[in-house]
Amino acid sequence: MSLKKSLLFGTSLFAAAVVAGPVMAKTLVYCSEGSPEGFTPSLYTTGTTFDASSIPVYNRLVEFVPGTTDIVPALAESWEVSEDGKEYTFHLRQGVKFHTTSWFTPTRDFNADDVIFSFDRQGNPQNPYHNVSGGTYEYYNAMDLPTLIDSIEKIDDYTVKFILTRPESPMIANLAMDFASIQSAEYADAMMNNKNAFDQQPVGTGPFQLVAYRRDAQIRYTANPDYWDGKAPIDNLIFAITPDASVRYQKLVAGECHVMAFPNPADLEEMSRDPNITLLQQEGLNVGYMAYNTTQTPFDNPKVRTALNMAINKQAIIDAVFQGEGQVAKNPIPPTMWSYNNEVVDDPYDPDAARTMLEEEGVTNLSMKIWAMPVQRPYNPNARRMAEIIQADFARVGVDVDIITYEWGEYLQRSSDPNRDGAALFGWTGDNGDPDNFLGVLLSCEGVGGANRAQWCNEEFDNLIEQARQSSDVDERTRLYEEAQVIFKREAPWATIAHSIVSEPISVRVENYKIDPLGKHNFYGVDLN
Amino acid sequence: MLRLILKKLGLLIPTFIGVTLTSFFFIRLLPGDPILLLAGERGVSPERYNELMIQFGYNDPIWQQYLTYLGNLFQGDLGASIVTKQPVLQEFMTLFPATVELGVCAMLFAVIVGLPAGIIAAVKRGKTLDHTVMTTALAGYSMPIFWWGLLLIILFSGMLGWTPVSGRISFMYWIEPVTGFMLIDTLLSDEPGAFGSAVSHLILPTIVLGTIPLAVIARQTRSAMLEVLDEDYVRTARAKGLSNFRVIGIHALRNALIPVITIIGLQIGVLFAGAILTESIFSWPGVGKWMVDSIFRRDYPVVQGGLLMIAVIVMIVNLIVDLMYGLINPKIRHTE
Repeated sequence: MSLKKSLLFGTSLFAAAVVAGPVMAKTLVYCSEGSPEGFTPSLYTTGTTFDASSIPVYNRLVEFVPGTTDIVPALAESWEVSEDGKEYTFHLRQGVKFHTTSWFTPTRDFNADDVIFSFDRQGNPQNPYHNVSGGTYEYYNAMDLPTLIDSIEKIDDYTVKFILTRPESPMIANLAMDFASIQSAEYADAMMNNKNAFDQQPVGTGPFQLVAYRRDAQIRYTANPDYWDGKAPIDNLIFAITPDASVRYQKLVAGECHVMAFPNPADLEEMSRDPNITLLQQEGLNVGYMAYNTTQTPFDNPKVRTALNMAINKQAIIDAVFQGEGQVAKNPIPPTMWSYNNEVVDDPYDPDAARTMLEEEGVTNLSMKIWAMPVQRPYNPNARRMAEIIQADFARVGVDVDIITYEWGEYLQRSSDPNRDGAALFGWTGDNGDPDNFLGVLLSCEGVGGANRAQWCNEEFDNLIEQARQSSDVDERTRLYEEAQVIFKREAPWATIAHSIVSEPISVRVENYKIDPLGKHNFYGVDLN
Repeated sequence: MLRLILKKLGLLIPTFIGVTLTSFFFIRLLPGDPILLLAGERGVSPERYNELMIQFGYNDPIWQQYLTYLGNLFQGDLGASIVTKQPVLQEFMTLFPATVELGVCAMLFAVIVGLPAGIIAAVKRGKTLDHTVMTTALAGYSMPIFWWGLLLIILFSGMLGWTPVSGRISFMYWIEPVTGFMLIDTLLSDEPGAFGSAVSHLILPTIVLGTIPLAVIARQTRSAMLEVLDEDYVRTARAKGLSNFRVIGIHALRNALIPVITIIGLQIGVLFAGAILTESIFSWPGVGKWMVDSIFRRDYPVVQGGLLMIAVIVMIVNLIVDLMYGLINPKIRHTE
């Protein structure tokens, strides 16, 4: 049977199962915001793609408990880390089945070959799949795995050893990320003559298997009957791709979908009053901030930075920009993340004291630029508005602000430039729940000229981060990160502004759905009453 | 006639080259960089950036990139999307039927309603009916599509529940694309109720997309009719004692149609522009939304390829319109 024909056959079976059948199949419809870029997670970087690929279709060696950033065994049942922190040995789960789809029937269970293939494809340019689908593997590169992984060895069919070039304690958290999804080596071998289809017609071990996809319209999945952790309570999962947030809301009201992604903040109040809608809310794993360029006067003086931070009325920003759906940030990591230092005291909002401090530091008649991002993000729904509020706050302490903005790509580029002027509004949403993913990526010396938009390189802070990265003792790491946050507050490279609250409206019929702190949408375990 | 077609086709060649030039260079003139946009907040190291520039061929001199693009184009290769890594032509062909289906329905709606409205307004010149039609047309012409679409959704789908909110068909059905046109595919399939579902999903987007062309057609028909109604041959036809219907429907309308057809041809471009918004509101899987997304992501191959395909289609439609003049008015055919 040709691929196309077999797909047709599969979909008609699926349609028959959905439409007919004396026993009503449970079908959950999710109004998603866009089309996935493809179905091989390692090739792409957006949450929209991960929602449709890694989350339903695939598993990873370790995974996040739904609704948290706690890591639990998944395809690996257990693991050990060597004394020197450079060898990770994973014991794989046995009896895990890959999806039997209309385009592929597996003949063997998941084993070590699949793990090796999934990483080799990304890291080894000689792998026959490396260049397929324009292979660029951005996350694999961004997490620095090309230099971190020395080799991956198959000890036996169910044991794999990762040998690293240096100790790296966030490694386990990295392996829970979407790009580390495990694909079938057997399927890859079978598709050698049609490699592109491998990335479009996925075969995974995940709770749902793909049935059909039409770009910008629908994605249809059916529950994997052989799922190793038990079949999902719903039988079918449909993504109704609906780019406009107001339209998604109307579809939720009309009963055309059960869960909707990314509501308009302005609609939340109305949603909370609708008896047919449950409005779930959770603190997001993110931070919105303003990064001074700490290499330029007067922003190279921590006291000036602190004084400016004291001039910002953050609560007013929460009320006006986040419409109350957020909380004032005092640390660079969100409160839901382990090692968050609640002992840190935020600089008080005190314009008079700020003005005096600035005068003491000899800063008078300061005029500066504030960069406002041109895009909307959960950590900053309206950067322009935020910049205007800060502009007014700074005017009160005698600082004149000029707000500038650029097209997003250019903004990203120019704001990384060490010679950039003023302070730039930015933010970050966590990838894996590890504090290093905030503190290391955004504030280490290594990040200067890149993701470290404050161009801030503090030896004391950097040593703590490096020590924490090499330690595998969670208590010790917690202590180091807590200390690092104290230094951060003292040195004030950023004005920490807000952590947003993520809202997701769902139909009252939906049970057990949890908001994911990493911003994904996971329907395993979700039921419909 | 054949010579005329060839001559017109020959004129399309410089236009075609012009479109490749503008689509290629304009998207590159926009600030922003596809690689940086792909990397987002995380940023990308200079080494990695260079690797990607080489991989995508953006390190070559710009004229060389253009020549490579043109060379590939003549081999039928529009390149692959930077974002999805899929061939542009394949993406276009999957999405285009949805746009055509919506565009044709919107145009039919505009003509079927707009033409009679214009005729009635002309015949009832200066009366209340004329003013009503023309005021409505002006309102329709001024309607922001996005607002109009949401308004109709909230009223007909949200409050009254008469029509579905968005999409091409209910999620209850999965219709395998044969032609890509949902109305035809649902008829070909044996699914009971699928055709009805497809029709109901078309109603609101058709009205929204058809509103502006409708208003333009109605106004144009009215003024063209007013002009010919004063002509001698119309008076002669009346003098011969022909019925009002024959005078207006045949003698006057046929002559009034020429400018109207020009306008209909020109509205094809407007339809594509309107499709961008309409498709976004109604989650319609067509090329309009695809193009906008690609512009925001600076997905150069998609913008170039998509613009070129759309331009070629608009050119062909206009060519057909040109040729149709001859069919309606033999005078034009002879002078050509």
